[in-house]
Amino acid sequence: MVENKYIFKIKDFSVYYGNFKAVSNVSLDIESNKITAIIGPSGCGKSTLLRSLNRMNDLILHSRVEGQVLFQGVDIYGKDTDVIELRKRVGMVFQKPNPFPSSVYENVAYGPKIRGMKKKGHLDEIVENALIRADLWKEVRDKLNESGMSLSGGQMQRLCIARSLAQEPEVLLFDEPTSALDPISTANIENLLQELQKTVTIVIVTHNMQQAARISNYTAFMYLGEMIEFGDTDTIFVNPKNKLTEEYITGRFG
Amino acid sequence: MTIFDEELNALREKILKLGSMVETSILNAVKSLVERNSDLAKEVIKKDHIINALDVEIDEECVRLIALRQPMARDLRQITTAMKITTDLERMADLAVNIAERALELNEEPLLKPFVNIPRMAEIVQGMVRDALDSFVAGCTRLPYEVIKKDDEVDDLTVKNFEELLEFMLKDPKIIPIAVKRTYVAKYLERIADHTTNIAEMIIYMCKGKMIRHTTISGE
Repeated sequence: MVENKYIFKIKDFSVYYGNFKAVSNVSLDIESNKITAIIGPSGCGKSTLLRSLNRMNDLILHSRVEGQVLFQGVDIYGKDTDVIELRKRVGMVFQKPNPFPSSVYENVAYGPKIRGMKKKGHLDEIVENALIRADLWKEVRDKLNESGMSLSGGQMQRLCIARSLAQEPEVLLFDEPTSALDPISTANIENLLQELQKTVTIVIVTHNMQQAARISNYTAFMYLGEMIEFGDTDTIFVNPKNKLTEEYITGRFG
Repeated sequence: MTIFDEELNALREKILKLGSMVETSILNAVKSLVERNSDLAKEVIKKDHIINALDVEIDEECVRLIALRQPMARDLRQITTAMKITTDLERMADLAVNIAERALELNEEPLLKPFVNIPRMAEIVQGMVRDALDSFVAGCTRLPYEVIKKDDEVDDLTVKNFEELLEFMLKDPKIIPIAVKRTYVAKYLERIADHTTNIAEMIIYMCKGKMIRHTTISGE
């Protein structure tokens, strides 16, 4: 389990797509069991930074990084990193719910299964537990064998969260997890994140500033690849220090 | 300029309008006493409901802006400051009414002695109110700090006024009812200065995002 106060220490970190510097010399510490929100206009590098935390950017051609991302004290861009293991410990949930085209049960059991878990009883337990933690169990307990794709948008998103939770991650990364959901499903997910925060560190990228204000402990504001301001969410939204931050959050940008 | 900016400007203008009405009330209340003009005192009392209505209107507008615009940072601080300022201004107008009520009573009695301290206090208070409102519009200047400093002068005059009247009362207990009412008036002015100090402190919050109320150093 988490021992360090800061689960991630990002040091002078940059990401390039070819010649384009998408993230520029960012330094940031992510506190354990807190929700850290990253906000900023489109193209500011926030999703790139988020995806760097479990090396999803590796999948993009011509991308390269400079600097360090220390996860529990170890540089994830070091030679010895097992990327598959990393992505198990640092899970990710995307903007659009993307369950596998299989049953609710199989969606959640998939991760443990490919990692060699075979005992039905144990798998059942993991699935139930993950669905309970994702606040979905009550709604799907009677349709575990139905397709995950048959659920509502909000339920599908919680199914994706359950799928990640079945891997017992230490960190969950969320990239705009509610932008495709209605306000009620959004509120459900927001409550869920605050509940999950007790056991999992959460980093969330969101265009919805009110969402960042509602649920996060810390907020980072990025612009043109740079980290402009980072601080307590209270401070950022009531009394930001940087003029750019203020212009962005008061909607007077550009 | 965005529509939201226009709404914020309109809110500022309403606060200024309320402020100038309150300033007039205070001025006229003191004038009705010093010049023994009971018609003017009645006018102050009669017009108070207009101030009350504007206070409610500003509050409602602030709530509307918070609900619909979800303001952040300096916008949020400006709107919350407006809500608090308007409460102080409304209370100041009520105190002006209290002064006018005492004027109506005192104007029926013989003049104990010429008014010296009260007009002086009113003058300082009026300057404070004006500076506080100016700084609400002008934003982050030294002005609100000056307002806070002036509160001490008003406090000193309140004490001086009381001590002078106390001497009269000791010499001639028959004048106690009149003298007490005159100490009330000074006390009302002193309270008005306190409310004005609150306003100045909120303006400093609005500018700097830092609450200085109830701290020992109400300065920088």
